[in-house]
Amino acid sequence: MAEVLFFLAGIGAIAGAIGVVVLRNPFYSVLALVSHLLSLAALFLLLRAEFVAAAQVVVYAGAVMVLYVFVVAYVGGQDEPLGPRAGRGLRVLAAGAGAALFIELCIATLGSGLQAIGTDGANLEPGFGSPEQIGELLLTRFLLPFEIASFLLLIAAVGAVVLARRRGGISAAEDQARYSAMDMLRPAYTGTMAEGVGGPSSGRQALAVSPRAEAADAGSDSDSDEDEA
Amino acid sequence: MSIGWYLAVSALIFSIGAAGVLTRRSPLVVLLCLELMLNAANLDLIAFARMHGNADGQIFAIIVMVVAACEVTVGLGLIVAMHRRRLPIDVDEMRELQG
Repeated sequence: MAEVLFFLAGIGAIAGAIGVVVLRNPFYSVLALVSHLLSLAALFLLLRAEFVAAAQVVVYAGAVMVLYVFVVAYVGGQDEPLGPRAGRGLRVLAAGAGAALFIELCIATLGSGLQAIGTDGANLEPGFGSPEQIGELLLTRFLLPFEIASFLLLIAAVGAVVLARRRGGISAAEDQARYSAMDMLRPAYTGTMAEGVGGPSSGRQALAVSPRAEAADAGSDSDSDEDEA
Repeated sequence: MSIGWYLAVSALIFSIGAAGVLTRRSPLVVLLCLELMLNAANLDLIAFARMHGNADGQIFAIIVMVVAACEVTVGLGLIVAMHRRRLPIDVDEMRELQG
């Protein structure tokens, strides 16, 4: 039974991996990676890693892949153009490099002389790989890596927001529409540098303006118009 | 099944991922192939944890998953920033730092 399941899941994982590389549309590549991850979770279950398999399905095949699908939909999953640069020779060379790497890895792992590679593994205590054991290890022996991982996630989230933030580099109008919290606190027309040169007064957008101040604003606008003329 | 079979599957997945990184030009698919390679390493770690009957390798695999999630987040943020600046979504075109 375990053999049948192993071959089914292993063939599924390898087929998914080949699909990721071969399929031309990035959207289909993401779907192939989802099937690959699900097969890999089955392999993890066969290796008695129940918690890791559950986390793989929920976190990877669920959350991370949804993020991928969103970005593919946003960027536009256009088919990859067949340019003149990446010619047939380079593809053959890349496939050869992959095959060489596979042979090398097989020699390195299977030929390592480890006695237990040919066996089914050590005898296990009953709760091996259960959430109970993993949680206990994470909160006692591996507490420092656990905390560092949480910091790493925080840094990555902040970094992604900073990277994907809308910048004013392309159109300057977006920059002018932005105002800070200080504009709310400051009364309008209290003399910022922008108002001094007849530019937009950011306080006007935030606060209700009295008619007198509006008239003064009209006057300053006409003044600046004359200056420009 | 003996542990060696799992190691062979993992080696195959890793080399497919490496060939994909070398072949494909869309940064999205390059990130997907990086995921393949990290998952192959995860399978190895869990197979060795099973071999020793020790759950430390599974903790290692979970930490690798966390690092992969961080890498995906930052990489997808970079791709979105490239798209916003109307840059071509192609790793061959991004050669400003090439000297």
